[in-house]
Amino acid sequence: MTIAEVEQGRLRSPFFPRQAELDRLFRWHEWKGYASADGFYDTTLEYFSVRNSTGVFDLTPMTKYRITGPDALDYLNRLVTRDMSKIKPGRVAYAVWCDDEGQVIDDGTIFHLRQGEYRLCSQERHMAWLTAAAIGMEVSIVDETEDVCGLAVQGPTSFSVLQAMGLDGIENLRPFGLTTFDFQGTELMVSRTGFTGDLGYELWLTPDKAIELWDALFDAGKLYGIMAMGTEALEHARVEAGFIAAYIDFLPADVTVRTGRSRSPLELGLEWLVDFKKPNFNGRRALAEEKRNGSAWRLVKLDIEGNKEAHNSYIYAGKKGGKNIGFVTSAMWSPVCKQNIALGTVQAPHGKVGDKLYVEIYYQREMHWSRVMAEATVVDKPFWDPPRKRATPPGPY
Amino acid sequence: MKTYDAIVVGAGHNGLTNAAYLAKSGLNTLCVEKNEYIGGATVSRNLYKDWKYSNCSYVCSLLRPEIYRDLDLARHGLQVTPYGGGSVFMENGDYLGSYPDHEVHYREYARFSKADADAYERYSADTMRQCRFIREFLMRTPPDPASFKPKDLKELAYLGAKFFEMGEQRMYDTIRFWTMSVAEYLDEYFETDVIKAALSGSGIIGTALGIHSPGTAYVLLHHYMGDVDGNMGAWGYARGGTGAVADAICSSFKSLGGELRTDAGVEQILVRNGKVTGVALSTGEEISAKIVVSAMDVKNTFLRCMDKNDLDEDFYHRVKNFKIRGSSGKVNIALGGMPTFPALPKGSPLLDGDMHFIDSMERMERAYDDWKDGTWSKDPYIDMTIPTVSDPTMAPPGKHFMSCFVQYCPAQIEGREWTEDERQQFGQTVLDQVADYSPDFKDLIEHVEIRTPSVIEDEIGITEGNIFHGELTMDQLMFNRPIPGYAQYRGPVGGLYMCGSSNHPGGGIMAAPGCNAAREILSDLKRPAITPANFGDD
Repeated sequence: MTIAEVEQGRLRSPFFPRQAELDRLFRWHEWKGYASADGFYDTTLEYFSVRNSTGVFDLTPMTKYRITGPDALDYLNRLVTRDMSKIKPGRVAYAVWCDDEGQVIDDGTIFHLRQGEYRLCSQERHMAWLTAAAIGMEVSIVDETEDVCGLAVQGPTSFSVLQAMGLDGIENLRPFGLTTFDFQGTELMVSRTGFTGDLGYELWLTPDKAIELWDALFDAGKLYGIMAMGTEALEHARVEAGFIAAYIDFLPADVTVRTGRSRSPLELGLEWLVDFKKPNFNGRRALAEEKRNGSAWRLVKLDIEGNKEAHNSYIYAGKKGGKNIGFVTSAMWSPVCKQNIALGTVQAPHGKVGDKLYVEIYYQREMHWSRVMAEATVVDKPFWDPPRKRATPPGPY
Repeated sequence: MKTYDAIVVGAGHNGLTNAAYLAKSGLNTLCVEKNEYIGGATVSRNLYKDWKYSNCSYVCSLLRPEIYRDLDLARHGLQVTPYGGGSVFMENGDYLGSYPDHEVHYREYARFSKADADAYERYSADTMRQCRFIREFLMRTPPDPASFKPKDLKELAYLGAKFFEMGEQRMYDTIRFWTMSVAEYLDEYFETDVIKAALSGSGIIGTALGIHSPGTAYVLLHHYMGDVDGNMGAWGYARGGTGAVADAICSSFKSLGGELRTDAGVEQILVRNGKVTGVALSTGEEISAKIVVSAMDVKNTFLRCMDKNDLDEDFYHRVKNFKIRGSSGKVNIALGGMPTFPALPKGSPLLDGDMHFIDSMERMERAYDDWKDGTWSKDPYIDMTIPTVSDPTMAPPGKHFMSCFVQYCPAQIEGREWTEDERQQFGQTVLDQVADYSPDFKDLIEHVEIRTPSVIEDEIGITEGNIFHGELTMDQLMFNRPIPGYAQYRGPVGGLYMCGSSNHPGGGIMAAPGCNAAREILSDLKRPAITPANFGDD
């Protein structure tokens, strides 16, 4: 008897056949075992589709867990730091969850699909942690990563695209709301969420109707500049939106080997997600202590002078060298803000909003390397935050 | 009578490493070896036609990269290639694969349990944390905690600093880790029996303990703390067999001006007025040197090769009580072709690595029960490799060499010597287990070598054939290895040093004891320090 071996190569998303047809670059990387495109036609134009028309990004490799049962709410409230009782059915919450020491294991979105029925969506996989956390609770946790596929439909014309697709009532969907539609006999869940900081939606359904969804979307989007987009474009959009990414701006605490390399939500600028007033949650004691005694690190959004991208730069408190207080984790020239921006991590108490810091930037021009010390201002708002992101109903931009 | 600056007894990988550094420092160094071949247990020999047998050690991971580089072993012919996979064959016809690719490995574990597949990441991170801690000390001399010498205080402070660096929770974890059983450790992460069984083997290899015995979690760490090219925990094959490691170190030693003599077994280490004067060979010949370094295990060194009158009573008894128990044997096989394992898909990479046949924790423990009863395991834990899957140099084209490390296998049967018939039965037990999973295996066998602990001891010299020159439990580690007060490679008489695996940081083809001992010798001689330091932070 021979047992079939597990897939040895990269997995293909249900949308892969359509993506492969559009693909002109042949640049793919691995994302949680799936083949995921860096880009399809031109990564710059794909980026601009998010800010100018509509970009479509394949979310299928995101880890998805269905959490149900009488104790589902209590369970989630114990798991994550924010108060989930405030998240009513039809709403979506961004949340983080921590280990006992208050260090972030991962962040993700929790969809309250129906009363007592949730979907937890994150980049990393957490079955062991989620299962262990469920001990003593009447709750079922099912990994539905392969049973649900998803597309992010993001950009100023995304509303018009979905309307043209026939999703009646989509105009009433508010940010962080979710609703369902019948799509060719299958339930299509649409949430007004995204990783781009712009007007946008995420569409979720079972893989058997993936191709039909793609086709319907691209048919409807033809007049609205719809484009498939890869990871490079999304990465730029998420930095402009000031969103953090696992393994880039923080490390999941459970797999961090070196002491002091993990971060608490307070250190990641996510204090607004930590609710000390709700019943006990994992990491509460450690976080309360950190709040009393002060954090060791602070995540900063930096507006950097000049135009040299500050990739992997050290951050200093003063221009003439001074004290090395941290480093940049994400950096880019923002085409839409016309700004040199970065996310970084610095030792507290440095990095208060308005602080002037310095980043040491090395850049290469025609083989030769140069160095500049550029002034960087700590800002608190996302770099890109257009009013259309919040407008309900959104306009036909 | 010929005179040298230093004589190193035993041309195993540690003896040769030590000798190489002494020669590099400019000492007129002789390395003597009782066998006609070098390597000790780091050896590959033609025992049947054109087959090269790695008939003791068989895989490589622990060899310190600092030494690999410093002694220029690559240019002296050493090449180490990582495994392409690994597997456990299950009684129900299934198998559990181990793949080098992270995602494929995840999928394989998820086939049994998604929670276990996720837990593996956490398990790996927790284990790596412990590895990083211990790796800091592999190339250092353990401090004597009872000493007030500045060097010891400094080293103790270093140990303390590295310990505290881990943070509160990790410090607790470390103390638990060093004392708990491998079964308990794995229970904290996994629910699937075969996954636990697959990982638990590393906790008992070379150790006369069972998976439920306290202290075996550390043994697992000992098998994870090595690396292949910085890939921590990875294992690989030395091209040409593990003997290639000893050959390369020996070539380096000779290029540094060292002298090697084979067929030169040491009968006694000579001492006069509390200082060594040289060695007497079994031929009666005496060779003199002010420094004698023993690469033999600690029992061989002191109980066999020294006059008891040269040793103190308590020291002698502590050596006697040092645990070097026979727990494993070896069955080495020349094959006329590649055996098929029908459970695996055609072309599976899982044959290019370690293969096992115990699929439950209960079977692991039962195997140990037989050892306690004074006999070999009737359902043994076999760590099987077929290095010729990737190494074209060890057997003629199309033919294969199979190495079966077998545990448990006692030094004696119910307190008496093995009979020849029992040795054959032991071999048969192993062949039968492999044949259960490979129907054409027995037909392909051309030659079999069956090695019990006493066979290994008689040939290589290691007491009870113990692969680590002494068990790796807390009572015999760091400043307790081999015995308290003598963990800094210095023997109880002047000019006598110890550089074998009975010393910190222990066994496996690591070469660290040999290198560390050289550092202490050169320091005593007030010669410049030339041994390499830890690469650090990896």
